[in-house]
Amino acid sequence: MAEAKTHELVVSVSPHIRGKETVGRIMWTVNLSLLPAFIMSVYYFGPRAVYVTGLCIVASVLFEHAFQVSLKKKTTIGDGSAFLTGLLLGLNLPASSPFFIPIIGSFIAIVITKLLFGGLGYNIFNPALIGRAFLLISFPKLLTTWTEPTAKFIDMDAKTTATPLGILKEEGLVRLMEVFGSKTELYKSLFMGSTAGSLGETSAIALLIGAALLLARGYITWHIPVSYVATVGALAWVFGGEGLFTGDPLIHILSGSLILGAFFMATDYVSGPTVRKGQLIYGIGCGAITMLIRLKGGFPEGVMFAILLMNCFAPLIDRAVKPDLFGAVKEQKK
Amino acid sequence: MEFGKLFELVIAASLINNFVFTRFLGLCIFFGVSRKMETAVGMSITFTAVMVVSAALSWVVYEYVMIPLDITFLKIIIFIGIVAAFVQSADTIMKKVSPTLYYKLGVYLALITTNCIILAVPLINAGEHYSFFESIAFGLGSGLGFALALVIMASIREKLEVADVPAPFKGLPISFIIAGLIALAFTGFSGLITL
Repeated sequence: MAEAKTHELVVSVSPHIRGKETVGRIMWTVNLSLLPAFIMSVYYFGPRAVYVTGLCIVASVLFEHAFQVSLKKKTTIGDGSAFLTGLLLGLNLPASSPFFIPIIGSFIAIVITKLLFGGLGYNIFNPALIGRAFLLISFPKLLTTWTEPTAKFIDMDAKTTATPLGILKEEGLVRLMEVFGSKTELYKSLFMGSTAGSLGETSAIALLIGAALLLARGYITWHIPVSYVATVGALAWVFGGEGLFTGDPLIHILSGSLILGAFFMATDYVSGPTVRKGQLIYGIGCGAITMLIRLKGGFPEGVMFAILLMNCFAPLIDRAVKPDLFGAVKEQKK
Repeated sequence: MEFGKLFELVIAASLINNFVFTRFLGLCIFFGVSRKMETAVGMSITFTAVMVVSAALSWVVYEYVMIPLDITFLKIIIFIGIVAAFVQSADTIMKKVSPTLYYKLGVYLALITTNCIILAVPLINAGEHYSFFESIAFGLGSGLGFALALVIMASIREKLEVADVPAPFKGLPISFIIAGLIALAFTGFSGLITL
């Protein structure tokens, strides 16, 4: 077995070259990578998108600053993590949210989920998702009132409508086809983002552009997103249709907040597992729970709950797949 | 006797209506032994075993003694008595038969008698008129659900050991917040199986 462990830990003498990466740099890059999705949400939902997302960001940053100042700690709003939490929360809310929704959500996300646990790096759950889950349970009506994307930049009372997944759950695939005309039309709408839904989740193409930036910079790896999306696709194909192996994986992959969740929220460094093998298990678990809730559960969309549930299991997964310590001898069983 | 119904009962009792996260029962032991993974695992094993046996015992007594004698109104007292008697005798027998096992798990046995889940399960079984095997399945599901809750909680609390939690929230308060947030995540399972 000696050959199997040939990794050597080489520590050279100083001077060392310092890497350029900092928490702030990574966080602001993630913020930048969400810009295409934000632009698409403004294009489709108009000024409401700016209002809701902006309120979330301002509230998040202010809550973080106020909390840290009142505890006489160094304020960390410059590293962009509170900005990112606010942005993600905003992109996960419907366009018609009244003003108190972003404020309450930001408080739960920043103060309860992040700062009480010791700040960035210690939070067990993804702050934006806990904020969203709290709002969904507390204000179910407001959080499921979706306005139709008009793509006209005027603020008017938009028509409310159902999300593709909502139609699929309540009325079935046939009705979904009637609404969109043909399958190609449906795919095109889902891909571009002209469907009802949360602000930032609808446009798959905008999210994928941002995700490509993160992958290229090496800030996220393929393990969680690919295993997540592949599991959802496979389960949708097997169980999503009338009979076995007749489901349509593309509808399930492109609709709802799957792309946003898989690339931007499940890949959170803090609340997910850190070992590669663990990340694969985590992604598969997220996919399985998402499809379980979408096909059998009480909610039309399961991405948020799936990631939160896997957040609970992440410390356990990390323990289970922990690699052997270098040079450690396996404990002998009697 | 259908196997599917039993499986649904186990899943429903462990995940969807998890005693800790949706009914908020058994919290004293939940917070008491979840500080370390080792104690959490020991408690999980002991708890699940006791749960299954006491669910079965209570069912037998309820069905063959209490219903014929028409004393079902005494079920709370009688179920407490059954559980306490069983746990005490298990404690004594284990001490004699397997001292090593007693040394490992005995300390949890005494704690279990004070857990409210152990009383809730026979009461729910009696209230829902479950059959013998359904009662056992429900007991098993409850035990597994409690074990799952304990192990998750222990892994999170061990991870938080090094975190800079604000002083007023250190220890128990932050644990209550964690339990609340996990319960929030578990609402995702609601509506999955309706019994």
